[in-house]
Amino acid sequence: MSAVVAEHDDHHDHHDHGPEKGLLRWIITTNHKDIGTLYLVFALAMFFLGGAMALVIRAELFEPGLQFVEPQFFNSMTTMHALIMVFGAVMPAFVGLANWMIPLMIGAPDMALPRMNNMSFWLLVAGALLLASTLFMEGGAPASGWTLYPPLVLQTGAALPFAIFSVHLLGISSIMGAINIIATIFNMRAPGMTLMKMPLFVWTWLITAFLLIAIMPVFAGAVTMLLTDRFFDTSFFDAAGGGDPVLYQHIFWFFGHPEVYVMILPTFGVASTIIPVFARKPLFGYSSMVYATASIAFLSFIVWAHHMFTVGMPVAGELYFMYATMLIAIPTGVKVFNWTATMWKGSMTFETPMLFSIAFVVLFTMGGFTGLMMSVAPSDFQYHDTYFIVAHFHYTLVPASIFILMAAAYFWLPKWTGNMYDEKLGQLHFWLSAISVNVLFFPQHFLGLAGMPRRIPDYAVQFADWNMVSSIGAFVFGFSQLLFLYIVIKTIRGGTGEEVTSEVWEDASKHSLEWTLPSPLPYHTFTTPPKEIPTEHF
Amino acid sequence: MSTNAYYIPHKATWPIIGTVGLMMTLAGFANLLNGSSIGPAMMIMGFVVFIIMLAGWFTLQSVESESGMYSTQVGISYRMGMMWFIFSEVMFFAVFFGTLWYTRNLSVPWLGGFGDGPGRATHETLWPAFEAMWPTNGPGEIGGEYEPMGAWGLPFLNTLILLTSGVTCTWAHHGLLAKNRDQLIKGLIATVALGFLFVGFQAIEYHEAYTEMGLTLGSGIYGSTFFMLTGFHGFHVCVGAIILSVVLFRSWKGHFKPENHFAFEAAAWYWHFVDVVWLGLFVFVYMM
Repeated sequence: MSAVVAEHDDHHDHHDHGPEKGLLRWIITTNHKDIGTLYLVFALAMFFLGGAMALVIRAELFEPGLQFVEPQFFNSMTTMHALIMVFGAVMPAFVGLANWMIPLMIGAPDMALPRMNNMSFWLLVAGALLLASTLFMEGGAPASGWTLYPPLVLQTGAALPFAIFSVHLLGISSIMGAINIIATIFNMRAPGMTLMKMPLFVWTWLITAFLLIAIMPVFAGAVTMLLTDRFFDTSFFDAAGGGDPVLYQHIFWFFGHPEVYVMILPTFGVASTIIPVFARKPLFGYSSMVYATASIAFLSFIVWAHHMFTVGMPVAGELYFMYATMLIAIPTGVKVFNWTATMWKGSMTFETPMLFSIAFVVLFTMGGFTGLMMSVAPSDFQYHDTYFIVAHFHYTLVPASIFILMAAAYFWLPKWTGNMYDEKLGQLHFWLSAISVNVLFFPQHFLGLAGMPRRIPDYAVQFADWNMVSSIGAFVFGFSQLLFLYIVIKTIRGGTGEEVTSEVWEDASKHSLEWTLPSPLPYHTFTTPPKEIPTEHF
Repeated sequence: MSTNAYYIPHKATWPIIGTVGLMMTLAGFANLLNGSSIGPAMMIMGFVVFIIMLAGWFTLQSVESESGMYSTQVGISYRMGMMWFIFSEVMFFAVFFGTLWYTRNLSVPWLGGFGDGPGRATHETLWPAFEAMWPTNGPGEIGGEYEPMGAWGLPFLNTLILLTSGVTCTWAHHGLLAKNRDQLIKGLIATVALGFLFVGFQAIEYHEAYTEMGLTLGSGIYGSTFFMLTGFHGFHVCVGAIILSVVLFRSWKGHFKPENHFAFEAAAWYWHFVDVVWLGLFVFVYMM
């Protein structure tokens, strides 16, 4: 079944340049592995920064009353936590994985546009710096929520133009990255690697990249109108001038709904890569996975106003967006059943990447179901802007996207570094995370159903108990991630010392090309395309 | 073409320079908007760095291209890059066209008491006397009295100019393919000249709007959508004309071959895209 390239030894073909010496290497690099590493390290740093903000929020909410921070600062924390986690942590982490893995998985020597690849990364840093700088400005960081709704956001102090330009920079960075990924996948595949033979991670990123190019300019346009409304007398979002603040919400969510899928589609791709390896079976329903991903991406463009059921819309609009949203459950269900069927009767082992992946399947499904609950417009009138929605999207982001990012790190770190991580510590990290994440977010469903609004620093006493439980979960979860940091650093610096084969995981080379290369990976790979490609997933 | 021949540069200094330039430009602009005195200087410095980056990076690319370092496969990557970049621009303009469509067909009628959208309640509670119509500067008559821009004066002339420039651009391309350098250069000169002529007429149109018609960016939703759409388009015409000027310069220096002229193609695609956007503007902003 498998057709694997002859194993390389540690000596790599050396007519090529190695890395530059010193710090300069990282600034001017065009190597997809270097840039992937930069993205991943940056994302991890932002994950801890955004996480620290989340802990400020949970510390304040530990008890009713105002304890630690001013309400304005609290609102800045919810806003910045979201912006940093979305644009600084989750998206860059997946772009980092794309940089590392797509050329390896399709047998390409590098990304299609290596110089632009470098600029994508540094523009991300520039955008993040502008955003972070708003924390120290007069009037504080934006406090309107990450959606930046007018008219509230127009009351932001000196931070407003910086936040807006930060969005522009992050957008340019994402578009460049996405263009690069599309050009790489369409133009750089090894001979024989037809589209329907690509690993699913490559497929999901192809579709994600299309989403990014379609939506980032939309967000840029929306915030540009905020800028002109504030500084250049326009009336886009001002009813007195004939504009409409609800227009902003439509534009934002036309961007925002595909945007949340930008964070989940690559998650699906990684899960579809890891689960078959540890189930020792081909992925169940490969082509249906591809079509489901494409369907989800298509649907993401026509459901945006389900974020706005209570804002006010003609009844026909409410009904349309309700039914269209429910449709998403079908392709998503296909995926969940496929992952389950992949594991069915597999000879499974439960190493850390697999544990995180299984937790993803279970917990993401829960997040999906609460989404289905909220797609019902009349029910959403009850859930809207409560902790129920907070619980919903955190279930789809933390034990889904973040867990899969953890799984990916454990899965590929041995390949990248040539060192094995400590399996015991990895499993400890998993169990601490999996339990605490539920302690953290599950009670928020109850709070939301009972009517606790989101984005408030204080609340009525009847919400006290579950908030306390949630905050305890938050601190356990947050500090457990320091263990992850420790494991990663330890792995990079030698790991357990055991020999890592090129395959790392049993029979992994049947699934994807990267496992046919030596561990650690040489600086340049596939300078000549592979002769044969794995065919396990058919 | 085997992947062996795929050119992968091993160091890139322009991206970080460009990033610093762009970040300074935007941070400077933000400071300027906040009334901070360091804003303008920072913005200008950043912009100069950014322009130096563009000049340096594109010079590097054209030198590499002319020395034959780009295989067919590299050329395909560049073409894909340009196509998807133009697609992102399409989406950017779609936001403003969408804004125009939404306000004209939905939110302004709601504000005038029609339909069951959210603006209906605003009509009943705040401005029951407001009657929906287009153009409008809203129930608050923001920006005061103004005269809407007609379609059949300068805008129509500009339509003819841009359409003609599309023809001259294609004529230049035919010259390039037929190894007729003279036709290539003449076609490009005409295209660039028509492009800048368009911008000049638009400047006159804006001047009239501001000084004689009372029509400004602050003239309610009509002024906002009018100037935002035509302004961003005009900016794109400028950028396109500058790109074509560079292509003209390179043609004059003897660059490009019938089988290898990505820069020309990219510039031409961009120019046609800008052209199509204008046709949309002419119909939806000026005529309807």
